[in-house]
Amino acid sequence: MMSSVIIENLSKSYGDVSAVDDISLNIDTGEIFGFIGPDGAGKTTLFRMLTTLLIPDKGKATVEGFDIVKEFKKIRSLVGYMPGRFSLYQDLTVEENLNFFASVFGTTIQENYNLIKDIYVLLEPFRKRKAGKLSGGMKQKLALCCALIHKPKILFLDEPTTGVDPVSRNEFWDMLGYLKNEGITIVVSTPYMDEANKCDRIALMQRGKILETNYLKNIIARYPGKLFAVKSDVMFILLKDLRDYKNSNSVFSFGDSLHYSDSRTDVTKDDILNYLKSKEHKNILIEEIEPNIEDCFMDLMSK
Amino acid sequence: MQNNFIIESENLTKKFGHFTAVDAISFSVKPGEIFGFLGANGAGKTTAMRMLCGLSIPTSGKATVAGFDVYKQTEQIKKNIGYMSQKFSLYDDLTITENINFYGGIYGLSKSKLKEKTEYLLDLLKIPEMHTGKLLVSLPLGWKQKLAFSVAIIHEPKIVFLDEPTGGVDPITRRQFWDMIYEASHNGVTVFVTTHYMDEAEYCNRVSMMVDGRIASLDTPYNLKKEYNAGNMHEVFVKIARGR
Repeated sequence: MMSSVIIENLSKSYGDVSAVDDISLNIDTGEIFGFIGPDGAGKTTLFRMLTTLLIPDKGKATVEGFDIVKEFKKIRSLVGYMPGRFSLYQDLTVEENLNFFASVFGTTIQENYNLIKDIYVLLEPFRKRKAGKLSGGMKQKLALCCALIHKPKILFLDEPTTGVDPVSRNEFWDMLGYLKNEGITIVVSTPYMDEANKCDRIALMQRGKILETNYLKNIIARYPGKLFAVKSDVMFILLKDLRDYKNSNSVFSFGDSLHYSDSRTDVTKDDILNYLKSKEHKNILIEEIEPNIEDCFMDLMSK
Repeated sequence: MQNNFIIESENLTKKFGHFTAVDAISFSVKPGEIFGFLGANGAGKTTAMRMLCGLSIPTSGKATVAGFDVYKQTEQIKKNIGYMSQKFSLYDDLTITENINFYGGIYGLSKSKLKEKTEYLLDLLKIPEMHTGKLLVSLPLGWKQKLAFSVAIIHEPKIVFLDEPTGGVDPITRRQFWDMIYEASHNGVTVFVTTHYMDEAEYCNRVSMMVDGRIASLDTPYNLKKEYNAGNMHEVFVKIARGR
């Protein structure tokens, strides 16, 4: 497997704050790789180093074989970068922004039109509109077009879906799937854990560190112990009673049920049911479930 | 007879030129209720919230918030509500104590009340004394957001408006944040909240879904799931947002 990105012991601090703390990993050519973690995990700092906009304190990294410090100029023509904040020219039109980015990279819209065609047709009705007057979803599509205009080998998308509603988020991921089929390596960061299942591999990040890098299914398979979804008539009291249970490992709210993990390996549904009956819960529903990405993240966070 | 609703809206409308951002929405919210205000980007949630907070005068329709009129009594509304969003909450270059004092001062809390509130909040949030003099910028986001919520209700408002309060927050803090919402609601504060996390929609007593400036649906999460034959609120959202 070819690697598009190789990161070795990369670190960056701002004063006392360690934004990226000794990170090492590889990103394979042609995969969608997701950095998943809350704000402050270090995702943006990492992306800025990999796109050669920030110099690391320690460690090294290569992008498409080029060193991010010594060979930054070579990297800049190979990567497409979509920063977290909208950073196109607000007072240029859609068309002017695209032409500008194309000319900076010595190309034209026509030359790589194939790559952006599917996204650009959605923007076309607004091509004379100033970028600052576009809706959030349209701005996001324009930013993606601009990042693609020079046919990059690898795309860095820093939180492209933050603040975007669930339906529009899905549409955006569909576009990324299409770009992946065009052979572009896609590195994306997100605070929405549920987007993990849209990535090939993911790295879970928290406070500058990588908690785990793997395929989602492997991360789920490594969740320790059994997990149950539990409901009863009075969820508020159920939460308290499950937390007080002597075998309780963790209890968290998940939508309309609680996810409960038990410290015993041989625990059964009936063990929990009997305990809850003794606490006079009514209409108890217990089901053993496969953990999702948030269960895994919270488990890794607490270690 | 006194009316029993803390927020009442009847055909509330806001137009910008030819564009109708909020199109005749009618709903009411009970005291102490956790009311989820959902919708796709651009559906009109922010515009509607700004009118209810007394920050934007409606084009037509009626609404009262905490008994005050959204046209004529916007200053009284502002005194009776709390507001927090992911984007604007506290000042990064003030310390924790300075932030509490600043907001408490703005809301006109007396010195003794402010002192009592500060002690209560620091204890509630389990913030060690050594941190209270640190600039906010150095604190983890999770702490900041929990502090921001506490400060938003420091003047004991009847209603608190939360605009995507948990965006970008880690999953454990997100849940702790909802514990605080439940406690506030238990103490009688009405919570009006927007979110893009559909599991959080399940934690609301009732949820409204806005599509193109209108309220397309409004009910308990249980009833919405039944009505749309959906397993969870995410499916409900997708069905309503796409079903136009």
